Amino acid sequence: MQGSAGAEASGRPEISLRAARPRYGEKLIKGLLVLAAFISIATTTGIVLSLIEETIQFFGEVSVADFLFGTEWAPLFNPPSFGVLPLVSGTLIIAAIAMLVATPLGLGAAIYLSEYARPGVRKTIKPILELLAGVPTVVFGYFALTFFTPEILQALFGNRIQIFNALAAGIIVGFLVIPTVASISEDAMSAVPASLREGAFGLGGAKLQVTLRVVFPAALSGIVASLVLAMSRAVGETMVVLIAGGQRPQWGLKVGESMENMPAFIAATGKGDIATGSTAYKTVFAVGMLLFVITLVMNLLSIRFVRKYRQVYE
Amino acid sequence: MSAHGEAVAPRAEGIGRPTSSRRAKDIGFRLGLLACLGLAILLLGVLLVDVVTDGVDRLSWDFITSFASINADQAGIEAALTGTLWLMAVCAAFIIPVGVATAIYLEEYADNTKWYNRLIEVNIQNLAAVPSIVYGILGLAFLVRGPLSLGPVILAGGLTLGLLVLPVVIIAGREAIRAVPPSIREGSMALGATQWQTIWRQVLPAAVPGIATGVILSLSRAIGETAPLIVVGAATFVAFNPEGLDSNFTAMPIQIFDWISRPSNDVNDYRPLAAAGILLLMILLVAMNSVAIWLRNRYEQKW
Repeated sequence: MQGSAGAEASGRPEISLRAARPRYGEKLIKGLLVLAAFISIATTTGIVLSLIEETIQFFGEVSVADFLFGTEWAPLFNPPSFGVLPLVSGTLIIAAIAMLVATPLGLGAAIYLSEYARPGVRKTIKPILELLAGVPTVVFGYFALTFFTPEILQALFGNRIQIFNALAAGIIVGFLVIPTVASISEDAMSAVPASLREGAFGLGGAKLQVTLRVVFPAALSGIVASLVLAMSRAVGETMVVLIAGGQRPQWGLKVGESMENMPAFIAATGKGDIATGSTAYKTVFAVGMLLFVITLVMNLLSIRFVRKYRQVYE
Repeated sequence: MSAHGEAVAPRAEGIGRPTSSRRAKDIGFRLGLLACLGLAILLLGVLLVDVVTDGVDRLSWDFITSFASINADQAGIEAALTGTLWLMAVCAAFIIPVGVATAIYLEEYADNTKWYNRLIEVNIQNLAAVPSIVYGILGLAFLVRGPLSLGPVILAGGLTLGLLVLPVVIIAGREAIRAVPPSIREGSMALGATQWQTIWRQVLPAAVPGIATGVILSLSRAIGETAPLIVVGAATFVAFNPEGLDSNFTAMPIQIFDWISRPSNDVNDYRPLAAAGILLLMILLVAMNSVAIWLRNRYEQKW
């Protein structure tokens, strides 16, 4: 009806491209979908809000400098001490040990799967790596405590390794993040166009040279992303460290002895029965805030690197 | 792509005639790579053998149908098993509608050039990598105490796990929806269907296998999560099955953790109990993953 005036003037019927009816149902559905998408934003907001309130209260009682630079962590002792450095060093040392394991093993696996393995071999090995990624962390903790420490570490190094130690926790966390390194790195290397490899082969490059000097650098941003993400996971790993690392924070480098990382402290202290409002309750949030900020920075870095390789080749 | 590279390699070697030292290096490198992969698989193998030898004697029908007990001989996992099933039900009821709706919005409606849509996307990627213990704090501060004050009950635990694995569902759902070719949508729209009719009747049915696979994999991640449930306040000594959403609970990984951390002695050895619990958990996981793989292979469509 709307176009009738124009139709008469030009002599042929003009068809309106507007919807015949307003379709409120469609708009309602879109609104509901937006609402669902909003839940993920609300989750992040909720995390920040839940952490920030208690953290601010915590810093009303303990000075920021004492928290960040103190080397004694004993929040439940009398008198209490709130230096978070032992937890931070424990977190970083365990994550560093994990990365020493996961970087070579994960990258080796990724290069093999992407460049060397036949499709049939890939098809059988990838589900095995997925299985490794699917094993619950509490199971890895059990394995570290009951097998890896006594049967392997203590057999190799004897008494220098205590039953609860950072070394076993770190190595097992390393194995746990291998699939993260391997799958993202493999994706990145597979995304390198075949023409680059062909060009390198055409110039007389051997397989080894093509892999290490052409494919690997071309996929570097994806590989860095996988390592940063793996590091973030190692920093945030709770159960293995809680079970196998002992629950005693250590300000030092003795990896044969007990260490505690930030997530393990939160789990050990945050069991549902501590009293709301006590300083111990607030430490959970202050440490949680620190952990959240550290992993947030690493995650954003990793997301940025992934986007970079996607932009170049996809 | 690698197949392509391999096809080219022999020809290049034929022309270049690699020296023997170069060949040796090549073989050495290849063996090194295999060793990396082998070591990872070996550890997985040793872990499985260790758990099976520790726990297989203790895994029995009695173990599945007994409640917690300070007496290691009589303890079982029934309360934890039913608790886990309840948690998974709550988790699934939350992640399926919310996850699929978010995936549909991001793939079918969202304009990628708008900053808020990009924010949602980066936000989801980040949430996928937030440590699970932080979700526990969120659950404790918002669901168990604070605004909702549900207490340490099934509903709070299930929702916490749901929030934790939601990003996984969304990412898998988006991939499944993206795999449906645009021609299907265009055909449907050209026949006069509205956007939602197109999504509901054409896109979603085609994407269901991929979405279902993603949901099962998310649940299999949620089922083994321990840390957030510790913080949310799952109990460790429960001698009853949950009766509803507002019931206190324990879960399999929590029960396993409790058995691991108890000091064992000659009278009460809790270690076989922990191993048997792990075995049962792993059996559940393998079953879920098999269903996911079967779904993927059976219904995967090549367009």
